[in-house]
Amino acid sequence: MSEEIIKNIIVREDEDYIVNMGPQHPSTHGVLRLEVCLHGEFVNYLIPHIGYIHRGIEKMSESDTYKQIIHLTDRMDYLSAHMNNEAVCLAVENALGIEVPERVKYIRVILDELTRLASHHLWWSAFGMDLGALTTFFYGMRDREKVLAIFEESFGSRLLHSFNIPGGLMHDVHPNFQKHTMEFVRYFRKKLPEYKQLLTDNIIFHNRTKGIGIMPCETAVAFGVTGPSGRGSGFACDVRKVAPYGVYDKIEFKEILHEEGDSFSRYLVRMEEMEESLNILEHVVDQVPEGDYTARMKPIIKLPEGEYFQRVETARGELGVYIVSDGKKYPYRIKFRSPNFSNLFVLNTLAKGGKIADLVAICGSLDLVIPDIDR
Amino acid sequence: MLLEIFSFSTLTANIDKSLHAWMAPWLAVVTELVIIGIVFLLFYAVLGLFLVYLERKVCAIIQNRIGPNRVGKWGLLQTVADFIKLITKELIPIRNADSFLFNLAPFIVIAASFMAMAAIPFAKGLHAIDLNIGIFYIIAVSSLGVVGILIAGWSSNSKYSLIGAMRSGAQIVSYELSVGLSLLAVVVFAGTMQLSAIVESQANGWWIFKGHIPALIAFIIYLIASTAEINRGPFDLAEAESELTAGFHTEYSGIKFAFFFLAEYINMFIVAAIAATMFFGGWMPFHIGHWDAFNRVMDYIPSVVWFFGKTFFIIYLIMWFKWTFPRLRIDQLLNLEWKYLLPLSLMNIVIIAFVVLMGWYFH
Amino acid sequence: MNSVIKYFTSIFKGIRSLWAGMRVTGKYFVSPGEIVTEQYPENRATLKMAEGFKGEVIMPHDENNQHHCTGCGICELNCPNGSIEIITKRIPNEEGKPERVIDKHIYHLSMCTFCELCIKTCPSHALAWGQDFEHAVYDRTKLTKVLNKPGSTLKKEGALL
Ligand code: SF4
Ligand code: SF4
Repeated sequence: MSEEIIKNIIVREDEDYIVNMGPQHPSTHGVLRLEVCLHGEFVNYLIPHIGYIHRGIEKMSESDTYKQIIHLTDRMDYLSAHMNNEAVCLAVENALGIEVPERVKYIRVILDELTRLASHHLWWSAFGMDLGALTTFFYGMRDREKVLAIFEESFGSRLLHSFNIPGGLMHDVHPNFQKHTMEFVRYFRKKLPEYKQLLTDNIIFHNRTKGIGIMPCETAVAFGVTGPSGRGSGFACDVRKVAPYGVYDKIEFKEILHEEGDSFSRYLVRMEEMEESLNILEHVVDQVPEGDYTARMKPIIKLPEGEYFQRVETARGELGVYIVSDGKKYPYRIKFRSPNFSNLFVLNTLAKGGKIADLVAICGSLDLVIPDIDR
Repeated sequence: MLLEIFSFSTLTANIDKSLHAWMAPWLAVVTELVIIGIVFLLFYAVLGLFLVYLERKVCAIIQNRIGPNRVGKWGLLQTVADFIKLITKELIPIRNADSFLFNLAPFIVIAASFMAMAAIPFAKGLHAIDLNIGIFYIIAVSSLGVVGILIAGWSSNSKYSLIGAMRSGAQIVSYELSVGLSLLAVVVFAGTMQLSAIVESQANGWWIFKGHIPALIAFIIYLIASTAEINRGPFDLAEAESELTAGFHTEYSGIKFAFFFLAEYINMFIVAAIAATMFFGGWMPFHIGHWDAFNRVMDYIPSVVWFFGKTFFIIYLIMWFKWTFPRLRIDQLLNLEWKYLLPLSLMNIVIIAFVVLMGWYFH
Repeated sequence: MNSVIKYFTSIFKGIRSLWAGMRVTGKYFVSPGEIVTEQYPENRATLKMAEGFKGEVIMPHDENNQHHCTGCGICELNCPNGSIEIITKRIPNEEGKPERVIDKHIYHLSMCTFCELCIKTCPSHALAWGQDFEHAVYDRTKLTKVLNKPGSTLKKEGALL
């Protein structure tokens, strides 16, 4: 292990040809700055500089009640807004020992999977665009639009819907929610083969991604790379399987694993996850029981003194919420273990020695969301 | 012959005669040059704007969008509005840039594409000059553009620009070979380099049909190599925006950027026009052997329409490529050229020489 | 010989995979019915947003210019980012005793994160979501709104608005 660390120590030289990718750069998808040292087309090393969109969410949370924290978590990984909400809600519910109604659990799972699909749509679009296939962007967005329309109908907003509160949901979903979800599943099953023809089977795409940025399983574990990126290296880290929450223990689904660890296998994991999400949705949509949309909660939530931890699987990996409470209505300290932070710092190991174009491909296959890194 | 009705040679000859009638010969020549220059400039501008509009519409429909639709009917004036915006924008001076070369580069790029256009036969009897080495001239002149790109990348004092320019240099130097060899295929068939003669040689059938498989292979190689030569997707490495933001023209703004932008589209037109002339018979109507009735109907369509129809069909093909495929990496790009296109086109040339020698193509 | 065969099969495989992609884009090029672009909603009069669309927070008033807000200040407490300020005043009621009523319910749209907590927690259901979405203004102060209309009074009883 120590050798691994020594290998990763970066020594800057004066005559290094440094190119700053970012903070404004088309392929970093946000305000991330990568200090890249080039040797011709080759990448010698790269140093990620973060903090351009740091908003102090963890510190702000210390002066917010547990209900108010929810709307801040939306703004970390905005593409997995629902899962972020759910993480805090589950932590608070478990700490208080509240059993939420079955209906809430099922709706949360449906939303989880819809959000995951929407997030993977965006990733697919942007990944194609990173590699220069601009049309994929619009096809992905076209299908994502259908998911967002379902969200808008039920929650009134499309991206950051702050729909969870500790104990349940903000209000009940729209009566057409299940019907429209089913319609979407049927629609997207028809469109998924197009994704395959356009990108997955494309020979240029194969050349750009196969064998690029190989991450062995040990590296993934060492850096804590979770989510589809970790599973592309054969690291079985799906929280939905490892530590099921909600009704995931009652649903049958596959954990997608690929062993190769290159950009292409990370890509395949996500593509197959989309299919798996469709399966889960099909399975769950009809089972939503009638009932309350929220458990009975006191107007002011106070957690008993102690430490609480809850993790969920977001679209990008494992999100951990760690709450220290001193018995007041505000948390004493709250810490988010965000998946993108770990996923970013493996980048140097993967991209070293490759070309700039490979760096872009690797960056895209890790599917980074920058606000989640900085928080 | 009906073809004569639509010929422009009578028109140009008349203009020439009337000018000579009341002017000194040298003055008449100068006037003609000026007229041709102005006509070409106007054509260039209109064509550039239209191609940008066309590209945006085509890619929009491919991507399930509407595309420009606010300025003018169907957004037809959108590119005009864009152009006005570009020429009124500030020309940002770059600190530590080599300002002479920096300002020169866009002109070289645009002049190269402008010069190449002079030799293209747009219709029967409509070209500026009919050189007897026309195709050779076009290949030579159109590759001058890369000098402009290299200068732009070097003088910008920007790392992205430099990388983009170097990529572009490597790319064009290698792809030039395949372009030349695949065009040579048609030259071997036709036995001449004069563009008008090449068009005439296709009166009884276009080379893509007459030369069957070898000509088809040459055409495909030409299409791929020329797409690479004009820096368009999937070979747009010089300006790969996800890697190099905008490549060699990162630092340019306003009208200078517009020059690069326009030249890119005009180059696309030139490449398509050459393909149309060499493989699809230029302005020659579609004729089938001895179907005289059919051939006569085809003759009623003016030659300009034939030329532009074919050219825009090939432009559409190039756009279709761009909006479908991911971009190649620089080493894969060079692999494609040196391992696949070049050997294939060399082989193809040998086969064609053999075919011509044995007279195995359709006469 | 094997390598030669491999060379040519790789070419054909490559072309086949490229053609598959071009078929997809080509299909969409010839089927303009698939266009999904949504135009900017210029049909303001007939425009209907989704139910519960979060445009902005409003306070519904009835035809007598009456609302339900008692000025209790619970929404102000619950707002996570201080978007709401409640200013109350005391006026004498019928019996002559001074009573606290709402003077100004100030809402800073520029700070609101649309979390819905104020609407959910208001005990008298005085707030609701408005459908307006065109919030672009030239001056930031225009985004600070007073939700209770001038001269409005508290509606004591009756159905919710
Ligand atoms: S809007 Fe509701 S919560 Fe806010 S002051 Fe008025 S009555 Fe109280
Ligand atoms: S919606 Fe949330 S942020 Fe906006 S005013 Fe209400 S409580 Fe405050």
